[in-house]
Amino acid sequence: MIPELGHFALILATIVALIQGVLPLTGTYLPSRSLHITLQSLARPMAILQFVLVALSFAALATAFLTNDFSVTYVAQHSNSLLPKPYQFAAVWGGHEGSLLLWVLLLAVWSMAVALFSKSLPLDMVARVLSVLGLISVGFLLFILTTSNPFERLLPAALDGRDLNPLLQDPGLVIHPPMLYMGYVGMSVAFAFAVAALLSGRLDAAWARWSRPWTVIAWTFLTFGIGLGSWWAYYELGWGGWWFWDPVENASLMPWLVATALIHSLMVTEKRGSFKAWTVLLAIAAFSLSLLGTFLVRSGVLTSVHAFASDPKRGVFVLMFLAVVVGSSLTLFAWRAPRVTLGGRMELVSRESFLLANSVLLVVATGAVLLGTIYPLIIDALNMGKLSVGPPYFNAVFAPLLVPTVFLMVPGTIARWREAKVSEIAHTLRFSGLAAVVLAVGLPFVLGGWSFGAMLGIFLGAWVGLGTLQQVVTRLRKPGRIGLSFWGQNIAHFGMAVLVVGVTGVNSYEVERDVRMHVNDVVTIAPYSFQLKSLGEVAGPNYKAVRADVEVKRGDEAIKILQPEKRRYFSSAMPMTEAGIDSGFMRDLYVSLGEPLDDARTEWSMRVYYKPFVPWLWGGILLMVLGGLLAALDRRYRA
Amino acid sequence: MKKVFIPLVFFFCLVIFLAIGLNRDPREIPSPLIGKPAPAFNLVTLESDKTFSPEQMLGKVWMFNVWATWCVACREEHPVLVAFAEKNQIPIVGLSYKEIQPQDPAAKQSDAIKLQVARERSAVWLQRHGNPYTTSVMDLDGRVGIQYGVYGVPETYVIDQQGVIRFKHVGAVTPQLLAEKILPLMQGLGKS
Repeated sequence: MIPELGHFALILATIVALIQGVLPLTGTYLPSRSLHITLQSLARPMAILQFVLVALSFAALATAFLTNDFSVTYVAQHSNSLLPKPYQFAAVWGGHEGSLLLWVLLLAVWSMAVALFSKSLPLDMVARVLSVLGLISVGFLLFILTTSNPFERLLPAALDGRDLNPLLQDPGLVIHPPMLYMGYVGMSVAFAFAVAALLSGRLDAAWARWSRPWTVIAWTFLTFGIGLGSWWAYYELGWGGWWFWDPVENASLMPWLVATALIHSLMVTEKRGSFKAWTVLLAIAAFSLSLLGTFLVRSGVLTSVHAFASDPKRGVFVLMFLAVVVGSSLTLFAWRAPRVTLGGRMELVSRESFLLANSVLLVVATGAVLLGTIYPLIIDALNMGKLSVGPPYFNAVFAPLLVPTVFLMVPGTIARWREAKVSEIAHTLRFSGLAAVVLAVGLPFVLGGWSFGAMLGIFLGAWVGLGTLQQVVTRLRKPGRIGLSFWGQNIAHFGMAVLVVGVTGVNSYEVERDVRMHVNDVVTIAPYSFQLKSLGEVAGPNYKAVRADVEVKRGDEAIKILQPEKRRYFSSAMPMTEAGIDSGFMRDLYVSLGEPLDDARTEWSMRVYYKPFVPWLWGGILLMVLGGLLAALDRRYRA
Repeated sequence: MKKVFIPLVFFFCLVIFLAIGLNRDPREIPSPLIGKPAPAFNLVTLESDKTFSPEQMLGKVWMFNVWATWCVACREEHPVLVAFAEKNQIPIVGLSYKEIQPQDPAAKQSDAIKLQVARERSAVWLQRHGNPYTTSVMDLDGRVGIQYGVYGVPETYVIDQQGVIRFKHVGAVTPQLLAEKILPLMQGLGKS
């Protein structure tokens, strides 16, 4: 009964979304004043009603999971009576159908937030924005109802469920998808504002001001979501890496790069009235890339660790949806953009030009990632063979583009609007620059070996970090209240500096040992030694595991017992790895258990890593998230 | 102002490629062995200690199917193969691939006992699910699998009269694949 109610609520939500998508927008074109207002006023209540209905539907599916209702096909495929309760709840988005429902729920959350926090916006703008969001929602709801209904019944009901994929049974994976989706879906708000501005023909500073906080929040969620995914891959997959250039990782990185360009470009549009067409195009691109990511993951056109069971019907639907949404918005852009007025005058060297250079670099980097991601597809489509594009391509192309981008972060924040002098900027930054050079030349020797990559990375990290600190100190010396957005900007930039140092450190100085170990064997990575103390069996709620106790010593001082595990879930043939990690400020020690090498299972292959600076990766990302939050909360936007 | 159309044009090129990509299967990987002679081997069969080698099939078009009792996808594929074998007079040779897995209790036993256990288990399995194979060879250590580039069970090969591999499929065969690809291919080869 409850699943049917959920299904019904979803159908009602589709109708409400359709009303929300069509009537208020029609209202903006009507000449009659009273009808005009009535129709536009429908937007807010419809957005709230849509949220209520989608939330009911989601609650119905969650109930089916928590009550072990295996007469629902989706529950039977993704849950199990032995699965711990929190994972039963998280299993709601453990498969294709439910994760789409989560997607729609989050879209409804964003729409409702726009409806509630848009008191200062003119009614016709609210009507347009909510209509665009409503139409996007109609598309996704129809996608669920026609190709991916999570409420389908299974007759006869299964005795027990097939269980959630063991890889997903992890706290990191419980919150990774909702955070990432909040980011993806949040891009739809920036998109809706851009389309609304194009429709109204009023591409002005006010539009940029309205969409800035929404875009920054969406960017913050996206940053957090990607960071969580990376962190999870690091400790759960047992490969010791944190970024693999997998097509689906790329699908999340591309909107992030464009969104980063967008939040900076929006600032120029708001402050100086420049780059309007470019900013609108970025807003359209950010959401289009989110949709493209959805297509790549759900259609099965690329092989990936994230690939869901693919169904050609779904691929066709998403592709058509993508074509309609992006095609129509780009057509609208081509129609309206020529009428956009140019903004304030700017010189070749100015804050505007630095920000423009940065957003162009970010877009080119996005293009490079996009090319690498879909290159196998293009080559196959042209019948030129099968191939895959690996990390060497991405590293070779991506790093050279990011170097100038990161470098420009500092002059971009120091330079004056409109016209700046290179000599002045150089003078202001001379000490930070000098200190960064000294650190870049000196630090690699302390850390264990000089290389060009290490030097460059440390220079960039130090340059951005010191440049940011210098700005904060300069600002603190001046009188006046400091806005949250100032802190947000600088904390996020400092986070980027920390991240750059982290990436450089781990890439340049990590040490890896693949060893065979018996109990009591020792492997050393100076100054640390790792001794396999014992091997034992442990039983979890729905798995059995072999757990190794590995004692880590620094010299003679014992630091920690690491306990890597090899888990075998009852429901799956694939063994899962849980790495044992000791995190310090400067380094991680990482042990993962491989395979038994003999019949008696006394000798095991093990992977032992010394990974410097890994905690800096997560620290940098968290600082960026904090910066984004602060910037979005600035009270300038709450007027 | 033609440049405002650039994003649109770029996007539509992308959509065309994506649409073509939808009709391709990224998992369909061409095998380097296609067009090459099938690697030789000489292994005992499930039925007896008489050995089988691909040379014995020279002059015939035959199918070579990799399977194991522990393989879940094989259970799905098996009825399809049984029906195919009943309907068509085409020899199918099975390759029982690594029947004794490392975590199997029998894995610690001697080779002779391993072979015996594997034979018993496979025979029972074939009795229950039907036997489409003219014979099955026992590849206990998986060496033949390596020679043929097996990376997932089940896998299916079509080998012609000259002993050349003409076709390879990774994963379970479907009635559609058999009817539309494999059968026409084998009939074509049979005529030449």
